[in-house]
Amino acid sequence: MKNLTFKKKSKFIEFIGEKFIAVNAFVALAAVLLIFIFIFKEALPIFYDEYIQEEVTIEKMIVKQAFAEGREAKFSWQPNSDNPRYSLLPLFIGTLKASIIAMLFAIPLGVGGAIYSSQFASKRMREIIKPAIEMLSGIPSVVLGFFALIVLATFLQNTFGFTYRLNSINAGIALGLTVIPLIFTISEDALTSVPGSLADAALALGANKWQVTSTVILPAALPGIAAGIVLGFGRAIGETMIVLMASGNAAIVSSAFTDSIRTFSATIASELAEVVFGSAHYSVLFFLGSLLFLFTFIINMTGDIVLIRLKEKLQGGK
Amino acid sequence: MHKTKISVDNIVDNQTFIPNYPIKMSIRDVDFFYGSQQALYNIHLDIIENQVTALIGPSGCGKSTFLRTLNRMNDTIPGTSLTGTIQLEGVDIYNDFSDTSMLRTKIGMVFQKSNPFPKSIFENVAYGLKVNGIKDKAIIAEAVEETLQKAYLWDEVKDKLDKSAFLLSGGQQQRLCIARALAIQPEVILMDEPASALDPISTSKIEDLIAELKKNYTIIIVTHNMQQAARVSDTTAFFYEGVIIETGDTKKIFTKPIKQKTEDYITGRFG
Ligand SMILES: Nc1ncnc2c1ncn2[C@@H]1O[C@H](COP(=O)(O)OP(=O)(O)OP(=O)(O)O)[C@@H](O)[C@H]1O
Ligand SMILES: [Mg+2]
Repeated sequence: MKNLTFKKKSKFIEFIGEKFIAVNAFVALAAVLLIFIFIFKEALPIFYDEYIQEEVTIEKMIVKQAFAEGREAKFSWQPNSDNPRYSLLPLFIGTLKASIIAMLFAIPLGVGGAIYSSQFASKRMREIIKPAIEMLSGIPSVVLGFFALIVLATFLQNTFGFTYRLNSINAGIALGLTVIPLIFTISEDALTSVPGSLADAALALGANKWQVTSTVILPAALPGIAAGIVLGFGRAIGETMIVLMASGNAAIVSSAFTDSIRTFSATIASELAEVVFGSAHYSVLFFLGSLLFLFTFIINMTGDIVLIRLKEKLQGGK
Repeated sequence: MHKTKISVDNIVDNQTFIPNYPIKMSIRDVDFFYGSQQALYNIHLDIIENQVTALIGPSGCGKSTFLRTLNRMNDTIPGTSLTGTIQLEGVDIYNDFSDTSMLRTKIGMVFQKSNPFPKSIFENVAYGLKVNGIKDKAIIAEAVEETLQKAYLWDEVKDKLDKSAFLLSGGQQQRLCIARALAIQPEVILMDEPASALDPISTSKIEDLIAELKKNYTIIIVTHNMQQAARVSDTTAFFYEGVIIETGDTKKIFTKPIKQKTEDYITGRFG
């Protein structure tokens, strides 16, 4: 037999390749960190600058404030008033209402679609459904916002007789459209990665297709589906363009979903361009940004951790 | 349900069954296709009750495919088709069983790779009962214990019934899968290389279990291990390229096979 001579692998190229990838990872990490530091730094004066604190403190953002002595104290977001007030509550409620509607709309459709596509659809049907839903995520949110503003709002008002054309339901549904593909894709992945041998075992024990799905596949994929929902929620909270266009932008404290709303993200987007650099209002907007960053960061982390756990679990570990 | 008795004209080729052995399943003229690709040709076989029938043959010859026609597991693969008849005690399993899930409660299956559900040991065994409509907790608990006893697994797991099945060893997991199949009291058990991924000790435990189970069940087992086929089975069918070359008494097949191909295979000249 002929002697084989193997080519020596270049230590140098290996070294460079490894370092190059490592550098890329660190650059991305550093960028995230720097962005956060910058945003937080701009919000910081709220905590120490006396001049700014006359106008706004953390306490003032949380507790009811009155316009003037003797007037009723309220939670209000009035940054351009003679006596500016920056209550977070109306924005928080607005963000929450829009996200809740978005999730109520997107979870059944996203998860249901994923179950249908992964378990019940024929191969051809699946090849149509999957890209079609995933294409939704490719639609620019400004287009969806425009659609919600012009078409959806009119339709909903005519159908349900809402007092306000632009409200949390209208914005939430449009927001839901951007969340569906995310929930669908992650849920579908979780469902299809449940080993086929489990389905076979259940079928061989006399389970029917529906039982296999509900008692074996769904429970095994549940953490993945939950992660998809959590990540979808993170997306809904951060999404800006749609709520800016379709929500009515009224910062009011109300439990009615048919009222107009205003979210954190839309507030930043609409006010930051006109704010006086370095003013209290400016710092507050960056404070909102920090909060938003923190929320979505925590939510996404949670989602990712759940997904990693799921993978470990399905591969046999405890 | 009446049992078909074998009659003299039913004996084909070199089948040397003694008349009056009760036949549990009879397979006649079965052709099987994956799409347009044929995997089984004109299969003709009788499965005798309370015996172990071994299916042997080189890789890709259609043993698993054949096994999966017997509980209609192939129905789950799109594009497959079957012609011919397969009967369970005289009932055509493709035409007279409207409900495949009913058929599968009578004909259980154990897979090559142990595949416990990501649930507790108890829930694994109880699963078949629950999906088939048994709700009474006491009945289920009793059946689970009884079944685990039958699978000789009870002593090893009785203290950790609520623990994940993944905590068991590979051999225990496979015996759990056998127990899971036994829980719904099938009449026939199909096993596709049930010990191929196990160590010798676990393998011999499974073989002992099979020998014990055949008193109450009819067993059909696919194996690549000639010694195993010789040890556990009463009847052997030799498959080659989708055809049954030879069937008969296991001792005969392994000592005096009629066909040259069979001899070549069992003596290890190919495969
Ligand atoms: N799902 C499938 N789709 C198409 N062809 C298949 C499928 N499963 C098996 N086949 C083909 O059918 C033939 C028989 O395969 P089968 O798995 O039954 O063989 P086997 O005897 O069990 O082999 P092994 O000993 O390796 O398990 C092979 O040619 C195989 O490629
Ligand atoms: Mg096989």
